Amino acid sequence: MADNLEPTPQPADAIGAAVAPPRRSEWRRFARVFFGRKLYLIGFIIVVIIILTAIFAPLIAPYDPLVTDLYATKQGPSSEHWLGTDQIGRDVLSRIIYGTQISLIIGFSAVFASAIVGMLLGLVAAHFGGWVFAVIMRIMDALMALPGIILVLLIAGLAGGGIGVVIFALGFGAIPGQCRMMCGLALSVKQNDYVLAGRAMGMSNWRIMLTQIFPNAFPPLMVGITMGIGGVVLGEAGLSFLGIGVMPPTPSWGGMVNDGQRYLLQNPLLSIAPGIAIMLLVFGFNMVGDGIRDAVDPKLRGVL
Amino acid sequence: MEAPQNNVLLEVKNLKMYFPITRGLLRKKVGDVKAVDDISFEIKKHETLGLVGESGCGKTTTGRCILRVYNPTSGDIIFNGKDISTLSERRLKEHRRNMGAIFQDPFGSLNPRHSAGGIVSDPLKVHQMAAGKEMNDKVAELFNLVGLDPGMMDRVPHEFSGGQRQRIGVARALACSPSLIICDEPISALDVSIQAQIINLLEELQEKLGLTYLFIAHDLAMVQHISDRVAVMYLGRIMELTGTDELYENPLHPYTKALLSAIPIPDPIAERTRTRIVLKGEVPSPINPPSGCHFHPRCQIAIEDCKVTRPPLRDVGNGHFVACIRV
Amino acid sequence: MSIVLDVQDIKTYFHTEYGLVKAADGISFQVNQGEIIGIVGESGCGKSVSILSVMQLIQTPGEIVDGKVMFDGQDLLRYTANGAEMRAIRGSKMTMIFQEPMTSLNPVLTICRQVTESLELHLDMDRQAARERSIELLKGVGVPDAERRVDDYPHQFSGGMRQRVMIAMALSCNPRIIFADEPTTAVDVTTQAQLLELMKDLVTRQNTSLVIVTHNLGVVARYAQRIYVMYAGRIIESGLSDDIFNHPRHPYTVGLLNSVPRLGERHGTRKLIPIYGLPPNLINMPPTCAFLARCTEKVEKCSKEPWPALRAVGDQHYISCYVDIKGK
Repeated sequence: MADNLEPTPQPADAIGAAVAPPRRSEWRRFARVFFGRKLYLIGFIIVVIIILTAIFAPLIAPYDPLVTDLYATKQGPSSEHWLGTDQIGRDVLSRIIYGTQISLIIGFSAVFASAIVGMLLGLVAAHFGGWVFAVIMRIMDALMALPGIILVLLIAGLAGGGIGVVIFALGFGAIPGQCRMMCGLALSVKQNDYVLAGRAMGMSNWRIMLTQIFPNAFPPLMVGITMGIGGVVLGEAGLSFLGIGVMPPTPSWGGMVNDGQRYLLQNPLLSIAPGIAIMLLVFGFNMVGDGIRDAVDPKLRGVL
Repeated sequence: MEAPQNNVLLEVKNLKMYFPITRGLLRKKVGDVKAVDDISFEIKKHETLGLVGESGCGKTTTGRCILRVYNPTSGDIIFNGKDISTLSERRLKEHRRNMGAIFQDPFGSLNPRHSAGGIVSDPLKVHQMAAGKEMNDKVAELFNLVGLDPGMMDRVPHEFSGGQRQRIGVARALACSPSLIICDEPISALDVSIQAQIINLLEELQEKLGLTYLFIAHDLAMVQHISDRVAVMYLGRIMELTGTDELYENPLHPYTKALLSAIPIPDPIAERTRTRIVLKGEVPSPINPPSGCHFHPRCQIAIEDCKVTRPPLRDVGNGHFVACIRV
Repeated sequence: MSIVLDVQDIKTYFHTEYGLVKAADGISFQVNQGEIIGIVGESGCGKSVSILSVMQLIQTPGEIVDGKVMFDGQDLLRYTANGAEMRAIRGSKMTMIFQEPMTSLNPVLTICRQVTESLELHLDMDRQAARERSIELLKGVGVPDAERRVDDYPHQFSGGMRQRVMIAMALSCNPRIIFADEPTTAVDVTTQAQLLELMKDLVTRQNTSLVIVTHNLGVVARYAQRIYVMYAGRIIESGLSDDIFNHPRHPYTVGLLNSVPRLGERHGTRKLIPIYGLPPNLINMPPTCAFLARCTEKVEKCSKEPWPALRAVGDQHYISCYVDIKGK
């Protein structure tokens, strides 16, 4: 504004006339960009619906997903079973609804666990540099050199199936990515003089890492985390499809696709319906990730 | 302040800062960047020592060694009679409150995710010098001191202009009531019309609080304006060190002469009568600096001997030090 | 002396999400053949936008709303920004040197490739001739060992050397006018002196006009014959270099000169007089003078009447101010 005077210690009238610049809310800007584009909005709505479905699954689902009805197997869509029933007569819609819970639990836990470990390692590597950096990053390189799916198969195969193992396997596989991303961002944040200022005033290493570097490196990482959830859900589906993921009879989307593929010609909906659910979830989280990226910093487009 | 016998606040003796150049997976050392190569000077209480030179001359590194952000390769940094160059990090922390630092970039030197008040109170928190209401009062007092409205304490840096941000930086430097402030290019990122505001603020604070400044800059005109004495650096070494007026009126080192003549003056008439010494070539790399006197390949009065011997920084009278065998 | 470039009342506006920014609001200036002029102002005053408008290098959301750019008898604004006519002029008759020598050269092409580019494009030279000419040009701007270094990549050159390459490129097609946008801001003082002397020698020899755009008053004092001082999108004072620096008449110019220390003043003899306040935000500006809030000379008329147009206060000396501080 033209009448903004910078307060200066000398002339009293200049201080008196000091007008603070208008406040700009970061959140409002974020919301404007994020909700300003249709695709991001659609993604956001999908994610919200999926989360609500998972939370209220017992209220929404018309049937118990585990109850079998051998008199009504492999049925097509009907008014009683909107998406039909599977080979042992369980309601497909109910199983998909309950499957949402499993997918999200695995997605969130694996991604958050890997993010915490990965980011911590990345932060430490970037902050201390030298041999610490070399050791951590070489280990990450080695992990990255193993194709992710083989690593995951190895862990899941050795430890057997189950939700816990799936979370561990998928989370472990995601650590190198999170670590590298954090390390790169932290290295660039570290160049700023406020980090230097912190050291000059005697801040401890942890304080510098957690209060100076981390808050500035985190926003772009949100993108990776959000998109990571989609990736992990896909990974879980893959494992369950291969039969080493979530153990039956727990409803899992990947497992349902696997079970259904044998009856693809008789009732394609058995595989296609959970497939579409997976697709929607991945799409939703990716769009939200894209939206966050654009809203946090448009310059990141094409980088992340 | 603890009372030392003389009025010297900071003494730097034979300071060297070499950064190793490493190569390969095993980080084998293949050489050194001699950023600061054996320099000595002292700063008296309440004075401003200007440190000038072109980029890469080691002036910023010198400042950071004094702040102990870098651990010097060798040499002594004696602050108030106590050598701080080898203090352990824990002992150092106690000392750090005696020094403040102002940085060049008013955008990069303030954490964009913290509020202005939070940034200014950081040193107080680190040194546990105040808390709660007391800290709030102290921060408000600092805001007033540097000419900022304390009502703007909870705003984040991007809501301030460049000049205001630099004031936040000054307030942070003053938070622990230090006696020495290292000002590293504090105005070069600011608009011309704003620079004078910050310079005047620094001068007033010095008078009011009895501060001592190490003023690092490449703008010789500004250094002349604010400094009592000036040290000219070139490739990690001090070439000349003397009182400000003496330096500008009677420069002895050929590099100082060239540097002074290269500074443009905003006065066409004065410019026309001035002869400009245009130096040949460019500043050599500090990885492989010239032998003997670092300046000899560009010097107009260099002789054979200049390629061999490193000229000592010697006193030619009245506290005028110069490192040149031809003077 | 013939006028090479006559810019008349250029208006370049940026349509931003926060409102209309009048980055250049009625800029007029003339450049004579072989003349060096300086355009001086602080960041955001519209000095770069003005010359980018002349070259039609303004990008969206910017738009040249109005004005005339007479260059060698043709009105450049009647050509489309990327049309054949404009492209034939840009880079050959009218060239530009940018501030950042690191980013204005393409890092993946050799120096030779980049210098010969415009020679081949505008002068229809063949490969070999263009190469020989570029070696000649590099020698002319003082790149040592030019025959060998012409095949180097930009990162193998220092900042000062890169800027010499930029100068060689700007001169390659014997331009009528060169715009230098903060040409020495990114280099050290001694290098700055080298580059400025070099540019001056070259343009004087070729009788080319040079427009130096800078925030550093000292840089133009030595070389420019005439100075234009800009503030908030307008020229607020113009005149011969001696007049501007020694007898400034606009309060802003006076303030600017008072706020910088001069080399050679004895230590402690003069306190700097800063200009208080901040440069104005260019969004939705009031019609009154943009310097009003910071002005120490303001009179009642200033806050009532709109920002005045430039008026003559002496030989070739113009100010846009109701007050004329001649006595000071």
